[in-house]
Amino acid sequence: MTDRRAVITGIGVVAPGGIGTKAFWDMMMAGRTATRAISTFDATPFRSRIAAECDFEPDKEGLTPQEIRRMDRATQFAVVSARQAVEDSGLEFDVLEPHRRGVAIGSAVGCTIGLETEYVVVSNGGRDWVVDNDYGVPQLYDYLVPSVFAAEVAKRCDARGPVATISTGCTSGLDAIGHAAALIEEGSADIMVTGATDAPISPISAASFDAIKATSPNNSDPEHASRPFDRDRDGFVLGEGAAVLILEEREHARRRDARIYAEIAGFANRSNAFHMTGLKPDGREMAEAITRSMRAARIRPEDIGYINAHGSGTRQNDRHETAAFKLSLGHRAYRVPVSSIKSMIGHSLGAIGSLEVAACALALAHQAVPPTANYTTPDPECDLDYVPRTARDADLDVVLSVGSGFGGFQTAMLLSRPGWTA
Amino acid sequence: MSAVVTGLGVVAPTGIGVERYWANTLAGRNGIAEITRFDASSYPVRLAGEVRDFDATEHLPTRLTFQTDRWTQFALCATEEALRDAGVHPLADSGLGEYEMAVVTASSSAGNEFGQRELGRLWSEGPKHVTAFQSIAWFYAATTGQTSIRFGMRGPCGVIASEQAGGLDALGQARRVLNAGAKLVVSGGTEAPLSPYALVCQQATGLLSGSRDAARAYLPFDPDSAGYLPGEGGAILIVEDEAGARERGAPHVYGRIAGYAATFDAGGGSELRGAAERALADAGIRAADVDVVFADAAGLPELDRAEADALVALFGPCGVPVSAPKTATGRLYAGGSSLDVAAALLTIRTGLVPPSVNVRPDSRYRVDLVVDAPRALPVRTALVIARGYGGFNAAVVVTAA
Repeated sequence: MTDRRAVITGIGVVAPGGIGTKAFWDMMMAGRTATRAISTFDATPFRSRIAAECDFEPDKEGLTPQEIRRMDRATQFAVVSARQAVEDSGLEFDVLEPHRRGVAIGSAVGCTIGLETEYVVVSNGGRDWVVDNDYGVPQLYDYLVPSVFAAEVAKRCDARGPVATISTGCTSGLDAIGHAAALIEEGSADIMVTGATDAPISPISAASFDAIKATSPNNSDPEHASRPFDRDRDGFVLGEGAAVLILEEREHARRRDARIYAEIAGFANRSNAFHMTGLKPDGREMAEAITRSMRAARIRPEDIGYINAHGSGTRQNDRHETAAFKLSLGHRAYRVPVSSIKSMIGHSLGAIGSLEVAACALALAHQAVPPTANYTTPDPECDLDYVPRTARDADLDVVLSVGSGFGGFQTAMLLSRPGWTA
Repeated sequence: MSAVVTGLGVVAPTGIGVERYWANTLAGRNGIAEITRFDASSYPVRLAGEVRDFDATEHLPTRLTFQTDRWTQFALCATEEALRDAGVHPLADSGLGEYEMAVVTASSSAGNEFGQRELGRLWSEGPKHVTAFQSIAWFYAATTGQTSIRFGMRGPCGVIASEQAGGLDALGQARRVLNAGAKLVVSGGTEAPLSPYALVCQQATGLLSGSRDAARAYLPFDPDSAGYLPGEGGAILIVEDEAGARERGAPHVYGRIAGYAATFDAGGGSELRGAAERALADAGIRAADVDVVFADAAGLPELDRAEADALVALFGPCGVPVSAPKTATGRLYAGGSSLDVAAALLTIRTGLVPPSVNVRPDSRYRVDLVVDAPRALPVRTALVIARGYGGFNAAVVVTAA
């Protein structure tokens, strides 16, 4: 069997604090936070009234009035990120074989804004169980099925190979990219347009997370509310956004002399089969995912120069994850910088995994690691190097990104510097 | 590595449980009827394939029925049947390692009834009335997560969304997961798209049938075809590596997942044939080796034409028996293509191709549609085709083990 590998040759980003990879990277290097009071709806009755919102103007991003009317915000994010990624890659799709091109887009919650907004109309403000069919808008079905993300991106890329949406909750982004890499490695595609999108900042999401006290109630100080690994953390801050990558078969990329950001070196996911939202403090299944991803890639703990943590900023996550790093990497866990970019851009559910992989690819390209913003007071239960507040230069060959989500899913992905071999 | 199916579980409008489903399917019993889960009399679409007499509390502890949508309850019920069928229930005695068992399901619309109820509470009563379970019941991954938890499976988990093609894509992914080292995968999918709001969402496509006559409403390849009807339910399949299944003494092997492929064409239909051809190539067989095709059977003239043309191009005019048992259930989306694979495996096992109900085939399609009664036929190879709204095509080849 040939040694087919997937490499990243294009990146597109829609993130809180900036559209495009440059704004995204600059913001992280500056350690700036994009968390603020919710502006898109009246959050007064909610426990958590803060979020990391994107300043996204769809018309300025080139979407037509018809597209803006038809597509949910999350679909718009995906389409705009995909276009950026294609441009960044320098690929000319019109001269390439479309059957060798596929799409895998992750999303945790689909088109919640569209679904909720239209529900309020057809249900007469939530009062009627038998909703009024006469007020249904033509694009309603697109809001119901998350496959719309993959379909809209595939249509624009004229992808005729394998196309699907991957929806594993908060690990969707990592899982979609892992899926795309697997399709390239097995030979089903040479190019995959892959990433994830979510636009969950809406009353129903806020209420759902309020109900389980998962989100931060630090409404008086939104800029400092997302505090992963800090003793004074009090929950995650909801975010939104998308990142889409171009994954390309390595030789395909080399032949055209493409800029390669990073190689997907390893990937594995496991489940805790424990609880839909609860995590045991031992981090066992996440450690298993990390170990598996390393073994497949023959990567040793000392090769790993940076860990992009899930770092949601809930006490149970931060302990769980810290334990998982120790279990899988041993003493190396204490020496490798670990940071959570959720401290700056919040937790955009399924999308965040793709934004984190984008951050890892940029970290390898720039040989620098983003900080954990707002980290000021160490938690005795979390005793690793969390890169407090300030970005750092680093010698990076391999970086690890992990995700953990509702359903008990744990995912690990390893990225390596182009040309580096285990 | 060869992926085989060793267990089946079914919850369908035509029967809960594999045995009842198959008996009713062969008998040509129509599962389509007036919607009873709510008063649909004000809707253009009033018929659907409902799963009647499904009492979740018969299958699941109350604590679990409280925190799950109907779609997840269907899947948990079908998974239990499938694991039992595969001889690995309870799993503790199966000898399988916790990380060797995976769950990969397809989902297209997630927890509709649950989600609508909570949206209603939020907007009519306020945020404090939204239950703590909304965050884990509504989202598309709820079924995979709950399945993994209920049965103690810690291997890779996945959720694929490609509308009606999803069930086949999930099986393709299950095979991948086995290749990567898992020993057993719970796969397939279910759907429960019959909440009022979900139905209104579906009506927006304009693809549904407005007929009031349950016997003349969903009519693929029929001169009177004018849309499809939705249904609920689906199938769960236990997929294992063949060597492992034989080694542990699996009670039966229904067949192999011998081939799979997926393509995309933005709804134009141009790549459907390609998906089928690649699935055949993946299985290492020729079109002439296929004994029966389970069609996507969209029930709209243009879409039926595209599928019929693809079949004629591959097999010649009326070149292969074609079955659409979904005429008796409606389209179950992620559950539908999973149920078609179950039907294909049961056809291999029984040598009986199930009839498509209600349809009077239009000869201009040049499709040899099996109607009226089951057709006795030694079947070793079946091709299952599915299309998902928006342009997703998938094909699976199952062969006798």
